[in-house]
Amino acid sequence: MERILFETDPDRYKHWKLEFDGATAILQMDVQEDQPLHDGYVLKLNSYDLGVDIELADAIQRLRFEHPEVKTLLVRSAKDRIFCSGANIFMLGLSNHGFKVNFCKYTNETRLYLEDLVEEIGVHTVCAVNGVCAGGGYELALACEKILLVDDGNAAVSLPETPLLAVLPGTGGLTRVVDKRKVRRDLADVFSTVAEGIRGARAAKWNLVDGVYPRSQFEDRVSDQLQRLNESSSRNDGNDPIRLEPLGGTYTDTTIEHRFVRVEIQPEERTATLVLQGPGSDEPTDAAGMRAKSQDLWAFRAFRELDDALLHLRFNHPTVGLLLLKTEGDPEAVLRVDAALVAERDKDFFVREIVLYMRRVLQRLDITARSLFAILEPGSCFHGSLLELALASDRSYMLDDPDNVVTVGLSELNFDVLKTHQGLTRLETRFYGEPNQVEELRGRIGEALEPEDADELGLVTFIPDDIDWEDEIRIAVEERVSLSPDALTGMEANLRLPGPETMATKIFGRLSAWQNWIFTRPNSTGESGALTLYGKPARAEFDWRRT
Amino acid sequence: MPDCNPSSRSGRSWRRIVSTIDHYDKIPNNVNLQRDRKLQRALEKWQPNFLKWWMTMGPEGFQLDDIYLRTAISADSDGWAHFDYVRMPDYRWGIFLADPVEGRTIGFGDVSDVPAWQQVPGEHRNALKRLIVTQGDTEPASVEQQRLLGQTCPSLYDLRNLFQVNVEEGRHLWAMVYLLHNYFGRDGREEAEALLYRNSGDVDHPRILSAFNEPISDWLHFYMFTFFTDRDGKFQLLSLAESGFDPLARTCRFMLTEEAHHMFVGETGVLRVVQRACELMKEHKNEDVRALGGIDLPLVQRYLNFWYSTSLDLFGGEVSSNAAQYFGAGLKGRAYEQKKYEDHVILEDTYVVPTPGTDMVSEDTVPMRNALNTVLRDSYTEDCQRGVDKWNRAIEKEGINFTLSLPHVGFNRRIGVFSDQPITPDGQYISQEDWDSRRADWLPSDEDQQYVASLMTTVMERGKIANWIAPPSKGIKGKPFDFEYVRKYAEEK
Ligand SMILES: [Fe+2]
Ligand SMILES: [Fe+2]
Repeated sequence: MERILFETDPDRYKHWKLEFDGATAILQMDVQEDQPLHDGYVLKLNSYDLGVDIELADAIQRLRFEHPEVKTLLVRSAKDRIFCSGANIFMLGLSNHGFKVNFCKYTNETRLYLEDLVEEIGVHTVCAVNGVCAGGGYELALACEKILLVDDGNAAVSLPETPLLAVLPGTGGLTRVVDKRKVRRDLADVFSTVAEGIRGARAAKWNLVDGVYPRSQFEDRVSDQLQRLNESSSRNDGNDPIRLEPLGGTYTDTTIEHRFVRVEIQPEERTATLVLQGPGSDEPTDAAGMRAKSQDLWAFRAFRELDDALLHLRFNHPTVGLLLLKTEGDPEAVLRVDAALVAERDKDFFVREIVLYMRRVLQRLDITARSLFAILEPGSCFHGSLLELALASDRSYMLDDPDNVVTVGLSELNFDVLKTHQGLTRLETRFYGEPNQVEELRGRIGEALEPEDADELGLVTFIPDDIDWEDEIRIAVEERVSLSPDALTGMEANLRLPGPETMATKIFGRLSAWQNWIFTRPNSTGESGALTLYGKPARAEFDWRRT
Repeated sequence: MPDCNPSSRSGRSWRRIVSTIDHYDKIPNNVNLQRDRKLQRALEKWQPNFLKWWMTMGPEGFQLDDIYLRTAISADSDGWAHFDYVRMPDYRWGIFLADPVEGRTIGFGDVSDVPAWQQVPGEHRNALKRLIVTQGDTEPASVEQQRLLGQTCPSLYDLRNLFQVNVEEGRHLWAMVYLLHNYFGRDGREEAEALLYRNSGDVDHPRILSAFNEPISDWLHFYMFTFFTDRDGKFQLLSLAESGFDPLARTCRFMLTEEAHHMFVGETGVLRVVQRACELMKEHKNEDVRALGGIDLPLVQRYLNFWYSTSLDLFGGEVSSNAAQYFGAGLKGRAYEQKKYEDHVILEDTYVVPTPGTDMVSEDTVPMRNALNTVLRDSYTEDCQRGVDKWNRAIEKEGINFTLSLPHVGFNRRIGVFSDQPITPDGQYISQEDWDSRRADWLPSDEDQQYVASLMTTVMERGKIANWIAPPSKGIKGKPFDFEYVRKYAEEK
């Protein structure tokens, strides 16, 4: 398959138009049917594929950095009487299982980013549904704060996956209906089995949408809603944008090369090594200096590169089973950067956005379905924000060699904003059974912790000495990659995020547990499964046994 | 002209009209309505709303006049066409299903040879409801589209035909509402109400299909509509008449008997316009029909182009998974499924579907089931062509050198693969700019329509006819052309 690239910009969008009207951003979906990401299907009726969603994710990211003046976002369609008919079924039919799962995961992440807009920075989101709004189309709407539906006897919101395709809505639809919109569960049951969906007043009564308006009043009501939300927005980020320039990485079948992030793939071993280069000693420590460096600021650029590398690994290197995470650099420099980010983040939205962005990237790492081993070697800098890489890993190996001392360290950021999808820090997650341990660690901020301390404090898994080191690592790697990739995905997903559930963990958990299971069942994707046969002349046949 | 609009008229006749329909025995039927409490309860609420709708959205004026109309009073061969004078609000809109076929089995799809369903299978409830609502929505829509036409009728004969079509479309609405009421529970009742709530051309609550939101502002439009758009209805009914849901199949079979007359009105209407054009061409030394107050043949062709292409849109996308599902599930067959075809499973067959290529129309071979909209549409085109041939024979007989023709299927489409493609009536791709600049050569311009409108003067005298149209070759039910098909309300005389 051709390599998928994740960088784009509004000038290159094929499927969206991003326009601005004062403090309102208008994001119009206008999917070009003949421009799918891969050959073999047509993107009819504003249906989407990964290519469409990459542009959406880009637009959301740009609203945060490039458009500090924006207070509301209107998501709408440029097509008459069609809002969005969801993920393209024929694309799903042609995709292998791994791609489908990663596609769903990516679109879910993007929907959460949309929700982050209002929760994190007070940008309100309104979805104007002017017609067909099915499946992923409604899930996109659900990720917005307000959904307004035109009432013309035709326009309906629907989740037809179960009745039509024998699968589940893959982008959090079911969860958001009952968890976010708090639709009564029996009504949600009815809604999710009616292929044609719910229209008009009933859609509002069931709280599937926030308002229904006749066609002639629709535009006015949408404007009113935007106006009200503009007034109530808490965003006050001024007018100085940070322009996002392309990273311009280079990619081959076995490498991903960025300035601070480098990935080397060992195809035979089914492993990849990701090395993240720490900051230099000259990183600015005040907001003005950070802004001046903008694009090239380490904290920003390194995490953008990490984000890009993770997406490449997910989509373009499906057989890599184990990702070895390494860092290189000066621990002191990392801690200085962290301290600066904490100190300056209230002074410039750019600094705050960097920290929030770090959080999103680390969350992406948390739910990347590859085994993650952190390798803490001499010359590494797993301190502060970079320690999070080790904390996100399934295991960590730290060399214990008195001649080549490796240290780990903590910064404020480990206790603060870099939370997982559960809303806990990685330390809180790690010490879910020992909350006092987190408090104790707070007292050690800034210290360079040597292997024995790190081990004692529970920050690393193993501390082999220099004689054992190579063998330990080799055996651990070989053992890991010999295990079933499916079982590992499930096992890791179970173990990585202990503790309370949030909407996000439910969405991802149910995606991997239920949706992925249903995706592989004959009733959906078998020879006579409903998804397989969708659009084909024959009709589905089910195995009626419940499990 | 008597004004019977309830909003503007004092209550006397309005109340009288409403009171007459409270009795179920006034509703001719063969569904045992007199004994069916469920159906009575549903109709109790719907029936007065229907009458209100008829008075506000139905024919403007003429509601107190006696019209010589056909009423179906039973489903057997002599009962379905009972002719008499009747006032339209007193028309006995009945509920009829064609006689059941003993031991009928489903004749196509994956359910072939299973006994036809007498109740809605839960699995197909929503799909069937959608099919019925979509069909049902077109019936009252056309009445709304045609509501002002009576005021510019070219003859009493035509006026009567208009109303015949209108009351029967009203009855077709009843037929669909009966199915919704009787088989679809509360949802069905709500959908039945919505059929009266949506209105043709209403910005906020338009009819479902766009052809039914186009106003029919003159009689040439009316004839074209009944020829082309009612014929779409015929083919939809033919395919639903094959349905595994027996009550729907029987309902549609009965509706088809009435639909034939609507297409007759269209076919002979256009024929008479064409005949008159030929007469006037011969009368005028430069063949200038307009100079003599007629409708010229090129204009007829433009109207034809519009209504044919608009009606093709009603068949939906050329390649459709819904169509495949409906067929596989036994919900909707092909026209004349039993009569015309041998293989009723068609899982192996393919069908060639025209599709846009680069700069030219090309072809795609798709599984037959997915191409069923195109299959139905192609049968429709054949049927249309037969009518066009008749018109051309009439032109030829008059010795005029002109041929009417159906435009290419890609011309002027809004739905399906050819949607918004700049294709000429003879199937050539041209630039959008060229297409726009030649639009008036192919489709009725404002000027065309203003001209036709200028000809539309009311002729209400017995035996008289407007100048732009020839009289029919024979009257209705053996009556002469100068029969008093519409008797004006006595108080007016
Ligand atoms: Fe009809
Ligand atoms: Fe009709």
